[in-house]
Amino acid sequence: MSKKYWQNFGERTQSEAYQESAKNEFKEELLPLEDLDEGLLNTKSPRRDFLKYLGFSTAAAAIAASCEMPVRKVVPYLHRPDDVIPGVPNYYASTYVNEGDAISVVVKQRDGRPIKIEGNELSSLTKGGTSAQAQASVLDLYDTTRLRYPMQNDGKDFKEVTTFDAFDKLVAADLAGIAGKAIVLLTSTIVSPTTKQIIADFLAKNPGSKHVQYDAASYSGILSANLATYGKQIIPSYRFDKAKVVVSLAADFLGTWISPVEFSSQYADSRRIKTDAPAMSRHIHFESNLSLTGSNADDRFTHKPSETGAVALALLAKLGGAVSAPSLNDALTKGIELAAASLSANKGAALVVSGSNDVNVQILINAINEAIGANGTTIDYATTVNYRQGVDADITKLVDDMNAGTIGALFVIAANPAYNYYDSKKFIDGIKKVPVTVSFNATMNETTELCKYVIPSHHWLESWGDAEPKTGYYSMIQPTINPLFKTRAFQTSLLKWSGNATDYETYFKTYWTAKLGGTADAYDTALQNGVVEPASTPAIGSATFSTAPVAAAASKLAAVKGGDIEVVLYQKISIGTGNQANNPWLQELPDPISKVTWDNYALISPALAKTLLGIDVLHNQRQGDKYEVTPEKPTISVTVNGIALELPALIIPGVHPNVIAVALGYGRQSITDPKRTEDYIGRAAAGAGQNAFPWVSFDGTGFAYDAIATAVETANTYPLAQTQVHGSSEHRPVVYETSLSSFIANPEAVLEEPTAERLKLLPFGSDSSNVAKSYRENATIYSKSNLERPGIKWGMSIDLNTCTGCSACVVACTAENNVSVVGKIQVQRAHEMHWLRIDRYFTGDMENPDVVFQPMLCQHCDNAPCENVCPVAATNHSSEGLNQMAYNRCIGTRYCANNCPFKVRRFNWLDFTGADSFPDNQKPLVGVDMNDVVMQMNDDLTRMVLNPDVTVRSRGVMEKCSFCVQRLQDSKLAAKKAEDPSMVRNVKVACAQACPSNCIVFGNVNDPESEVAKIRKEEHRNFYVLEQLHVLPNVNYMVKFKNTDRVVTNAKAEA
Amino acid sequence: MSRYSKIFTKVFASLIFIALISFNNKSFAQDGEALYKANCANCHKPLVDFTGPALQGARKREPSPDWAYKWVNNVNTMLHTDPYAMALYAKFGSPMQQQNLTQAETKAILDWADNYKAPVAAPGAPGASGGGEDNSLLYGILTLILAVIALILLQINSSLRKLTDDKEGIVRSEPVPFYRNKTYLMLCVLVLFFIGGWFLINSAIGLGRMQGYQPVQPIYYSHKVHAGTNQISCLYCHGGAQDSKTAGIPSVNVCMNCHKAIKSYTGDPIVTEEGVSIDANAEIKKLYAYAGWNPDTKTYDHPGHPIEWVRIHNLPDHVYFNHSQHVKVGQQQCQTCHGPIQEESQVYQFAPLSMGWCINCHRTTKVNFYDSATGKGNKYYSIYEKFQNDIKDGKMDSVTVENIGGTECQKCHY
Repeated sequence: MSKKYWQNFGERTQSEAYQESAKNEFKEELLPLEDLDEGLLNTKSPRRDFLKYLGFSTAAAAIAASCEMPVRKVVPYLHRPDDVIPGVPNYYASTYVNEGDAISVVVKQRDGRPIKIEGNELSSLTKGGTSAQAQASVLDLYDTTRLRYPMQNDGKDFKEVTTFDAFDKLVAADLAGIAGKAIVLLTSTIVSPTTKQIIADFLAKNPGSKHVQYDAASYSGILSANLATYGKQIIPSYRFDKAKVVVSLAADFLGTWISPVEFSSQYADSRRIKTDAPAMSRHIHFESNLSLTGSNADDRFTHKPSETGAVALALLAKLGGAVSAPSLNDALTKGIELAAASLSANKGAALVVSGSNDVNVQILINAINEAIGANGTTIDYATTVNYRQGVDADITKLVDDMNAGTIGALFVIAANPAYNYYDSKKFIDGIKKVPVTVSFNATMNETTELCKYVIPSHHWLESWGDAEPKTGYYSMIQPTINPLFKTRAFQTSLLKWSGNATDYETYFKTYWTAKLGGTADAYDTALQNGVVEPASTPAIGSATFSTAPVAAAASKLAAVKGGDIEVVLYQKISIGTGNQANNPWLQELPDPISKVTWDNYALISPALAKTLLGIDVLHNQRQGDKYEVTPEKPTISVTVNGIALELPALIIPGVHPNVIAVALGYGRQSITDPKRTEDYIGRAAAGAGQNAFPWVSFDGTGFAYDAIATAVETANTYPLAQTQVHGSSEHRPVVYETSLSSFIANPEAVLEEPTAERLKLLPFGSDSSNVAKSYRENATIYSKSNLERPGIKWGMSIDLNTCTGCSACVVACTAENNVSVVGKIQVQRAHEMHWLRIDRYFTGDMENPDVVFQPMLCQHCDNAPCENVCPVAATNHSSEGLNQMAYNRCIGTRYCANNCPFKVRRFNWLDFTGADSFPDNQKPLVGVDMNDVVMQMNDDLTRMVLNPDVTVRSRGVMEKCSFCVQRLQDSKLAAKKAEDPSMVRNVKVACAQACPSNCIVFGNVNDPESEVAKIRKEEHRNFYVLEQLHVLPNVNYMVKFKNTDRVVTNAKAEA
Repeated sequence: MSRYSKIFTKVFASLIFIALISFNNKSFAQDGEALYKANCANCHKPLVDFTGPALQGARKREPSPDWAYKWVNNVNTMLHTDPYAMALYAKFGSPMQQQNLTQAETKAILDWADNYKAPVAAPGAPGASGGGEDNSLLYGILTLILAVIALILLQINSSLRKLTDDKEGIVRSEPVPFYRNKTYLMLCVLVLFFIGGWFLINSAIGLGRMQGYQPVQPIYYSHKVHAGTNQISCLYCHGGAQDSKTAGIPSVNVCMNCHKAIKSYTGDPIVTEEGVSIDANAEIKKLYAYAGWNPDTKTYDHPGHPIEWVRIHNLPDHVYFNHSQHVKVGQQQCQTCHGPIQEESQVYQFAPLSMGWCINCHRTTKVNFYDSATGKGNKYYSIYEKFQNDIKDGKMDSVTVENIGGTECQKCHY
């Protein structure tokens, strides 16, 4: 146990198999040349064969070359719109909406096609940040499974209804026949004020009808708890930026809880280290599995899901609440003492949040927040949020009513209960008893295929609309492309069906023009900015707390019983609740913790693995290696409430020893005919993981996302495509971290090791007057001029302290740079193409390790090891410090990837994006080497998402991060046109733009005014990865801090 | 001797001609012409009414001699207040675009227009090029003759040696005839190999290059008539060249800006290179069909559809080329890459568009470098401190595109 940071168990124990696999980095069979060597020149037939092949290929090349050049047409507009210049992108402010999520964005539109989502920096909520899902949603626009026209189910299959008028008449005729029965609008949370208005109008026109909001991942517990204790059924604004201490009881607020983009930004603000006075907030986390937020915590404690209430009770008791503390184990007790002490020391600047959907837990949390003075300081009850409004009892009542036959018509809007309702069978039975069912969903999902009528709504990039994520904070949606298919905004349908002839666009314009003071200018400005916010930030407001419900809640929680093994259901940052499951970018995005793509699985701790599977990854190298080196993982059969799922077991330290964690959102499948899953739900979603929603339970008030379970080992295995050890740094230290207190005490200590390494090398410089400079110049095989940067020197800085591992940057990079999706089979072979990956390192205690995330991309080394091994100089250095990659020159030797110490180079093993000139030549590979989903990414429709400024790489060439050179060139061109050198000072590359916590900074290092140059002046916090190799990287990292009393060092771990 | 004096006279004459042109450039009348071309030429002609009225004698027709000076800068107000302006609007049907010209500039334009005379069709100007004759044929013949002489000499040499050998009694084996002489054969094979190799490699390099490509277009559109005879600025139609990576093919509504007024062609007859004469009026009718325009009723009365031109300049997908970088920042003339477009009745690909061709230009072209002493040049380049110092120290006299990284891979390939 000599190494402190490790990515997998083999690396930790330095097992034989691990060392073997580290040597065999590319996991490829070598060509069987050894067999041929002998006698190759003596035998006659190979020579003749050689001549035959030579002759054939020469002839083939001659024939191919003599083909005439294709005649290319260029078709200009008939009437060019004033605001479109072909080749120049336009940017439109809009809003990403999905279920209740709303993120203000700017859409990059090139020649009429939206191709990239960027954060809207004018929004004071997200401050320009985005999430992985928002970044990926542009691909959903070009999803081949989107519904193309309104349809009617004639009992056997769906038939197109040719016009909207005909559709309206069909529905109207059916609705006339349900007299007396209720019409129900079943939606996910609606954040749009105009839509709410339209729904209200519709309900008023149709007495007896009602609107039910249903959230697949429910926040009903918070809503009900606030109703009980504050008299308002709302979710307040949480202000992580105002909190000096945050205690989270399994709330994954950086990943999936309520508004992670906004919270990430606030959290980063409170944790960013300032040079003059280093300070940061403290984050203590209690949870059952290892979540993204938990992995960022300063101190983390695990408990069984059934103990959630007990933890809340114990914390409240410690803080002086009138409840009795239950008995907990030592570690938890210590954690609670620590949390209570930190909270009481920071009353008025402390915040406790809980991810539980149990109303009783949330009532206790409210009581705790009262006790620490959070009400009105870090929790704002005056400005409430609208992200989730569904109350669980409403949907269960609706399903009961449907089964009782009292519902006359069901309109389903952006909801999919047939898949994600806990008792989906009951919902399916119920929907069959509803005479008129209309789905407005844009794709043929599980619920839509059960409906009689389908009138697909627009994708958000095609629609008008608005969102009010927070009271008084509006965000506008404007279309960035004409509807691709014959779709209609569901608002227009509702308006039509309530007798209003205006369409939604007009309605929206009228509504907002009036609301903004009646002038067209104000309306245009609102659309242009994308956000309408209060002129001055409203003061944080408090609410009056009623202690009455606390005692009852406490007694209920005290009675909760646990089991030996418990299941906790969580959401991944990529797939969430599964309605973007057919997005290949999200499916291929490695989970930040498990690094698995394309699947869900049973996350278990090493301790549970030992008892359940008999695999001791910690102490038995042989067993550990057998488990770890192959993608095939043993499966376990987990049974909850009589429903069994067979899931591959993935051993991750930090999960509670009695807990199995399973992600929701997977296992999408057509209900009417599982064979149709690929056509209906999509090729990316088909076969990806299994559906864990049936394990959700309903306790009469809310959905519970944990349960007591039984688990047994099976004899089967299942392959998981995991990326975590595909690039190994092989013992070399790559991350540096320290605790806040030790940094304040001795700022030099944390970077002692790299500094010493550097000082050791410097004396080798030839010029004694300036050794640093001369060593830099001497220790390279290139001439001095190769290190000259006469104008710009591009550089990036990544702050490990504010990076949460949210992976928005990875998807942003994929979208910006046409990075290929390779499919599960190829990921298993370490052939994933991501230019930017987020390395996850475990360190410390095996049961409860600390986690460090490190975004890793091409470091653009000034003395790059990849450049000098390229036989054709396809990769070389620019005078601006870029490590350039000329795809057309690359012959695919892969020497560069071999020689790259950072393992960031990616090789195109197959033609993933259809760049080859021959159509469909990948088809024979599907099934053996490729997933069908890669073909989906080759579709003409899907290829519309490609960035036309970036070459689509073909088979056989190497690629890697280019520092978004197309953006750099564009910024230089703009600067030259404006004759303003300051325009190249700070440039936003795609990953930096997407980052919600603003941890990536990019710019011209030669310009002392640039942000990155200023950051690099801080010598005690900046390091370059593998600096001792003298590769002179152009990316610097900032030290990771933990605000804890534990010892956090880079020193080799004590045994 | 007389031939040399002829060449001398020609060179001298052209030098004087060039000098005259460059001096003329600075004179006032030329200034008016340049201003006219930049601001007015799209809608006005000096002698005849066009989209707007003829410019010659405008000041005499107008209510007061200085009316024009007020008018050009106040179109938007005077259009609704001034009776003369309202009358013009009624006559021509479209308002003039408001300009931003000083009185001196307007005066220069109108002075030029007043003195303008219709150009007399110039007789075919004798080519001023004298020295550029292709001598390779001559050299080829010379080489061939020399080679034959060398061969004969070699034969004579061997015959003579045979004679002397006979005389001196030295016995040698029977000489091999030259067509069976292995040295000759090897030499021939080598020569053929190199010539063949040279052709093979050159044609392989040339694969996909289409210099001289001149496809037949859906409309016989003559740049010679538009950009040559009528002096329409390139950027009027290809405006994208200064804003975008693509110069852009003008949309049909741009054509119709002028062709609403110009219904027929009255210039010199257009004859293709094959000798087929083109009915220009029929080509204009084709445009009307595409635009959906009825020239008789002057309305768009049927649906238009875009014109599918055949693309001439094709770059491979892995090349990024930006027009605005070259036109706006680099101040390159269109003709540098597209050739004498104003003389081409049908466009062809003038340049090879090969990487070598790009690189050669990047190596020699100087950027508009910032001079910190005088403040001249593009201020963006002020970040190149090293070059500023080198220029100051006399280490370099100018900065080329190559110096600022213009020959690096990722300037064009990404």
